[in-house]
Amino acid sequence: MAAELHVALVAADREVWSGQATLVVARTTSGDIGVMPGHQPLLGVLESGPVTIRTSDGGTVIAAVHGGFISFADDKLSLLAEIAELSDEIDVQRAERALERAKSADDASAGRRAEVRLRAVTAR
Amino acid sequence: MGAQLRVYKRRIRSVTATKKITKAMEMIAASRVVKAQRKVAASTPYATELTRAVTAVGTGSNTKHPLTTQAETVTRSAVLLLTSDRGLAGAFNSNAIKAAEQLTERLEREGKQVETYIVGRRGVAHYNFRERKIAESWSGFTDEPTYADAKKVAAPLIEAIEKDTAEGGVDELHIVYTEFVSMMTQQALDAQLLPLRLEEVAEETATKGEILPLFDFEPSAEDVLDALLPRYVESRIYNALLQSAASKHAATRRAMKSATDNAGELINTLSRLANAARQAEITQEISEIVGGSAALADATAGSDR
Repeated sequence: MAAELHVALVAADREVWSGQATLVVARTTSGDIGVMPGHQPLLGVLESGPVTIRTSDGGTVIAAVHGGFISFADDKLSLLAEIAELSDEIDVQRAERALERAKSADDASAGRRAEVRLRAVTAR
Repeated sequence: MGAQLRVYKRRIRSVTATKKITKAMEMIAASRVVKAQRKVAASTPYATELTRAVTAVGTGSNTKHPLTTQAETVTRSAVLLLTSDRGLAGAFNSNAIKAAEQLTERLEREGKQVETYIVGRRGVAHYNFRERKIAESWSGFTDEPTYADAKKVAAPLIEAIEKDTAEGGVDELHIVYTEFVSMMTQQALDAQLLPLRLEEVAEETATKGEILPLFDFEPSAEDVLDALLPRYVESRIYNALLQSAASKHAATRRAMKSATDNAGELINTLSRLANAARQAEITQEISEIVGGSAALADATAGSDR
């Protein structure tokens, strides 16, 4: 069997990305975790942070994920997030503005969301 | 123009204007149903994956959680009623409210105290008018609910169920919403949301003929369940909100269609009446002219003699 993962990145209101991948790196509450084909079945809680998906054709997909879960079984990996955005979709200026706004309004969670978005963009 | 004919003409004009409006509303509602249905479909992958994950934790560990443990004696339950903000949707809201009232009655017969949570101005208005207590209510998003709205609704409910009953918490949570069966059929129904019966959730997935592997939990089964169950509840509420929205638009479409049809019929009837009135008027005028000229002829004939 080809060493491939079938990855589905799903947000609450849409499917953000799905396809074949060789490696997925995500941040769980107990640290970064990398999943490759053949990994033990896994169910973990995700932290807000960028998720890196290395696709089978050699490309890299980076997404900003705000809270959610990672579940893996039978070489099928699902990333569930309430909010998930691909780095290509993120508008840097908007994220920066949101960060400024959150800082001035002292809104910790909004600031964190904006920061995660920016980190995902810089990682691309 | 005779007075009667004028009255008919005026009514036809007003009904025509109404018909135009209802026709437009029908078309708007039709397009919104499609949009709402698309949103339901878009939210399905998340819900399915979440259900799978919940089942995995539920069957793969013996973790106890307040959201899954049935209280020994249920003294208080919460009912979440989903209605719409605006009317003009036929029996949509009254059906949902009726279902909620039946459920409340049943729960009260079982000796439970019922706390009512309402989404949508219509339901709130109904309860306020009857001076019934509402624990909490939300409105303003029933036409196009977002996931953030579902979170807003779910938060106090989850909080209430996690609290001890003695401190004002609740033991179970029921939801009353309108299921979108098809364009023509929508059905108000109630379902118990919490405490979650893991066996039932498991059955839902098991029907697809899937055997779940033993999962490794990161960081631990308790933590995963802790994080997972509120999300599951949110996603269920989100789904119910979306279905209610789709149902509301379908109900509006149907109500507006029959309003348009009725207006058309009314216009036909009124046009016939107006025609009859016009005809009667003409007949009368002719007979007046004939009568008048006959009288005149009689009079001149008389003067000749």
